[in-house]
Amino acid sequence: MGATPLLELQRISLSFKGVKAITDISFTVEQGEICALIGPNGAGKSSLLNVINGVYQPDQGLIGFNGQRYQKMQSHQAAVQGIARTFQNIALFKGMSVLDNVLTGRNLKVKSSWIEQAFHIGRALADEIKQRQKAEEIIDFLRINQWRNSIVGTLPYGLQKRVELARALASEPRLLLLDEPMAGMNREEKSEMSAFILDTQREFGTTVVLIEHDIGVVMGLSDHVVVLDYGKKVGDGTPDEVRKSPEVIAAYLGTTH
Amino acid sequence: MIYRESGQFITSYQADHRIFKLYQQRWAFYALLGFAFVIVPFIGNDYWFSAILIPFLVLSLAGLGLNLLTGYAGQISLGSAAFMAVGAFAAYNFQVRIEGSPLLVGFVFGGVAAAIVGVIFGLPSLRIKGFYLLVSTLAAQFFVTWVLTQFGWFSNYNASGVISAPSLLILGHDFSSPAGRYLLTLGVVTVLAFFARNIVRSELGRHWMAVRDMDTAAAVIGIPILKTKLLAFAISSFLLGIAGALWAFTYLGTVEPHGFDLSRSFQILFIIIIGGMGSILGNFLGAAFIVLLPILLSNLSANFLAGVVDPGQLENLQKIIFGALIIFFLIKEPNGLARLWQLFRERARIWPLRF
Repeated sequence: MGATPLLELQRISLSFKGVKAITDISFTVEQGEICALIGPNGAGKSSLLNVINGVYQPDQGLIGFNGQRYQKMQSHQAAVQGIARTFQNIALFKGMSVLDNVLTGRNLKVKSSWIEQAFHIGRALADEIKQRQKAEEIIDFLRINQWRNSIVGTLPYGLQKRVELARALASEPRLLLLDEPMAGMNREEKSEMSAFILDTQREFGTTVVLIEHDIGVVMGLSDHVVVLDYGKKVGDGTPDEVRKSPEVIAAYLGTTH
Repeated sequence: MIYRESGQFITSYQADHRIFKLYQQRWAFYALLGFAFVIVPFIGNDYWFSAILIPFLVLSLAGLGLNLLTGYAGQISLGSAAFMAVGAFAAYNFQVRIEGSPLLVGFVFGGVAAAIVGVIFGLPSLRIKGFYLLVSTLAAQFFVTWVLTQFGWFSNYNASGVISAPSLLILGHDFSSPAGRYLLTLGVVTVLAFFARNIVRSELGRHWMAVRDMDTAAAVIGIPILKTKLLAFAISSFLLGIAGALWAFTYLGTVEPHGFDLSRSFQILFIIIIGGMGSILGNFLGAAFIVLLPILLSNLSANFLAGVVDPGQLENLQKIIFGALIIFFLIKEPNGLARLWQLFRERARIWPLRF
């Protein structure tokens, strides 16, 4: 593991009109690890992801990413810094083809201006072909070749989840945030998606933070688990440590009072 | 049978990026262009040029402009005619104020002026969406007409606020004849259609569609929403502005601000709805439907029903049939004529087999 963590959250708090969603959460994610955020519904997991990539601005706390500290992140800035994500309810561009969706993931890598593209001069064609090559690599990697030209809205749910991962990977992210990548999937689809996530980490060295409810998958997949409950952190450690922690068991199974 | 890709393999990304991927498509398109540029000027008559082909082409261009904004970038607008008016009056003033200025530069100037006005009225789109945006573009519609009638300067102090087209000279060639005006319009529309097609298949086009389909996700993956939306307004209005200049110069010859009223905006909106949102071809099909069908209906009824039905009733009957046809097409294919054409092509590919 690297000397400095890739992501470091320091005492993050977030509230919506007085309702506390996240209270004083701190944890670090090392370079190249797969970190799982777990917790019951409404524990603040998705909100925390939204804070990390700048969809929400925290009331308090600092976000350290890649050696820099941010009081708040803007979503564009997060994308430029190399943070990509997928959403709990698929947020693909439904009217566009799979290929176009993956290509939009590379929007920050495009060098040619729109004038060059409109007149098909200068860097436009070479740039387009280069982006296409990179996009095709990701399409190969996630084995969605045969749906390349299909309109995303017409694809089944499991495939859409994979296309969304492809779009996120196309940006060559340093940190990948996956919000319930396996929600609503059957066993085969889950193991396929887990394999893709592991491959991503191994092949590209991408650091992954994911939210998942299937504890079996989480324990098998992640190097590091953070447990949230009611917006507070109740557990943080390796899967084994977390499994044994009394607070975590309490949060999940309840306790006798 | 005729339309099939058998034996044609795309082996490079460059080949896959072409507009027409099959050689049949390419040759059919070149043949159509050749026919329109070379044959039609000889076989067409003045009525066809002035009453059918020129308005068809200009409205196609206007539809194209609005389609970039609404069909591709997802921003609804009812200010199309206002941007056409800005283009027409700006091109006119450029010609009048600057002695001996080239006609085509005047068109570009009209387009740029419309683009600037378009960006100003596009600013609300950063905050509001959908029907609310529609209402704010409606403001453009009324404001522009008001300014152009209120201030005589724009029509060079013409008593009735009417502008007249200058002589249509390009490099010493006179394009004032009906065939010349047709060729000039066709040339401008062809160039701009390619310009638009290039944009929608490039990065900017993908940005537009991304903002249309899911703007929050677009922002998260790094697409600059502000720039994307304003560019959509600018480029859309640029095309509409040039369409307005053509409307004034090559179609009507003289035009007043009220020629670009709300009903014109609706007409352009209908063109893209009937033709197909998010399609380049759709604008031409939609404009053909809007321009040609009423003429066809009136010819048909004049020939077959002239003695049978009272002439006043006949006119109403035409409108009823036209409206019914619009409803029929929209029920049959809500995604427009372009989608029907696409389905037909897919069938033709495997004809005579069904699957």
